[in-house]
Amino acid sequence: MNYELVLFYALGGLMLAAAVGVISVRNPVHAVLLLVLAFFTAACLWLLAGAEFLAVALVLVYVGAVMVLFLFVVMMLDVRIEPLRAGFIRYLPLGLFVAALMALEMLAVVTVKGVGDRVAEADPALATGVSNTEWVGRALFTDYLYPFELAGVILTVAIVAAIVLTLRRREGVRKQDPARQVMVRRTDRIRLVKMPAETAREEKG
Amino acid sequence: MNEFAFGLSLLLPELVVLSGLCVLLLLDLWISPSRRGITHFLALLTLAFAALLTLREFHVPGEVGKAFGGMFLRDAMSDGLKTALYLLTGAVFVYGRGYLAERGLWKGEFYVLVLAALLGMMALTSAGNLLAVYLGLELMALSSYALVAFDRDAPKSSEAAIKYFVLGALASGLMLYGMSMLYGASGSLDLASIRQAALDGSASPELLRLGTVFLIAGIAFKFGAAPFHTWLPDVYQGSPSAITLFVGSLPKVAAFAMAYRLLEGGLSPLLEFWRPILIAIAMLSLSLGNVVALAQSNLKRMLAYSNMLHVGFILIGLSSGTTYGYASAMVYTLFYTVAAAGAFGTIVVLSARGFEAERIEDYRGLARRAPWHAFLMMLLMASLAGFPPLFGFFAKILILKAVIGAELIEVAVFALIFAVVGAFYYLRIVKLMFFDEPAEERIPAPAADPAVRFALSVNALIQLLALFAWGPLLAFSLATFS
Repeated sequence: MNYELVLFYALGGLMLAAAVGVISVRNPVHAVLLLVLAFFTAACLWLLAGAEFLAVALVLVYVGAVMVLFLFVVMMLDVRIEPLRAGFIRYLPLGLFVAALMALEMLAVVTVKGVGDRVAEADPALATGVSNTEWVGRALFTDYLYPFELAGVILTVAIVAAIVLTLRRREGVRKQDPARQVMVRRTDRIRLVKMPAETAREEKG
Repeated sequence: MNEFAFGLSLLLPELVVLSGLCVLLLLDLWISPSRRGITHFLALLTLAFAALLTLREFHVPGEVGKAFGGMFLRDAMSDGLKTALYLLTGAVFVYGRGYLAERGLWKGEFYVLVLAALLGMMALTSAGNLLAVYLGLELMALSSYALVAFDRDAPKSSEAAIKYFVLGALASGLMLYGMSMLYGASGSLDLASIRQAALDGSASPELLRLGTVFLIAGIAFKFGAAPFHTWLPDVYQGSPSAITLFVGSLPKVAAFAMAYRLLEGGLSPLLEFWRPILIAIAMLSLSLGNVVALAQSNLKRMLAYSNMLHVGFILIGLSSGTTYGYASAMVYTLFYTVAAAGAFGTIVVLSARGFEAERIEDYRGLARRAPWHAFLMMLLMASLAGFPPLFGFFAKILILKAVIGAELIEVAVFALIFAVVGAFYYLRIVKLMFFDEPAEERIPAPAADPAVRFALSVNALIQLLALFAWGPLLAFSLATFS
């Protein structure tokens, strides 16, 4: 048992505990915070495996941006969570039983033979003699260009779908259009009307 | 490193669809709603161009083109299925136009999302790598979720989209979990390498099996097979009919391709393990779907449940694991998607402003009101039920022959019995259309757009033409999978 292995299991255990916490705590804000913990621990695990770029990206993107957004959303929503949780205790024994069964199955399957030697397989980045970041960058834009582009299309679809499902053009809402304001001409604003001068006699009639 | 190192020239059809999608997305902003026909025309042009490029370099059976280190495969199956996908997408555009316009849903984004889903399906049919499978699947699924919710002010649509989204996300999760198991077992994402690792025993067989189970769950969800079918009726009924037409036909082609790539391309050494699972799912689908379909009063729901009958047939064809089995499953998939597109297309065409032709009651006496449409619908229903001179008959025979060839006689008997049960509810529609008096209420006449009429006629008459075409189609499929 060397130090890395102890750390690996400690972090792995912590991550699992945090993930269980996410789905079992009552308070949604706590759940989001535990999810942050889970992501962060995953980043630590990656760091341990020598993938420092991915670890930092995970912290920056998920912990820094996505999860903060989650927190905002959760705090803004006023969801009555108690009724949703009412059946939780009632179904807990069954759920635990099934979960334990599945865990046992997986353990039985995984520990049969030969998973450990895969973990220790040579790091491809080390083999080529470049830093991990450089290796990830090269792999992403050469070997994995096709999935990378597909993922880009998926993001495009996501934004198109989000806009088409939420954008509304309301009728009768007063709003400013700066372009039209700048383009305005004198004749649009003021209309000179020629009127004959009034005289006292006309007022009488 | 030049672009040919990636084999980009093999991806020309995909690139055309992607560029068409981007151009439409931008161009549509400047097209006034009254001239949306331009978008429609350009979308069809994109499809035609992609089809041209696919057919120009059609890969004959046995010829395999690889790009991006085997992540993208181009062979006879992918080219054949893509051609079918272009035609079906074109049918979706043609049928859907009038329907969407009448409901204020005719927007440029419809074309963009459908083309994006098409791109996802094309990626799936050509996938040689687990990453490509997953991303193609997600691209198809995400576009479909958005399309189902397209009528965003209709509560039923939103409900269907939420159900589809939540269950679809779950299925994606299962699938991803299975993929991670395969990766853990074999150390590779490449399907050919996974197969090699499974063959020479370097991968842990237990892990491979665990992954296979989860992959099959994902495949069954995309097909809408029995234990994973719960989303199907609500999504079919809840989405606008033009979208149901899309969701109910094309993804089955992609699901077939995905099943073939994963099960045969990656996991064929585990045939003895996954065959019973597929057969169990197929039998459950055949029995459950059929029986519930008998009790439906909504045509879209009925077609959703009857989808399970056909998926059952496709799955037992796949489960035989032989060349003949895959070939017959492909023929059946093509038959079913074309027939389903025709059936949903008829629903779309018969619908009018403020009237959805989706209750079975609405078809009462259709032969008096619209004889030609009733005739076409009769062809489609009889073909789906599997009546002799029609496409569905030959497709079913091929599947049964494949299953018997793999010495699974009892499965063949089981499938045959439920095919007969299925004939009942299809024939009920025919009876309602031809032998019953029209309903009292006034039902608007179907749309009279000649293009729509032509497309629908071709779509339904294919069921008859199959009498002459099924031989060459089978020969092509057999050559593809041998």
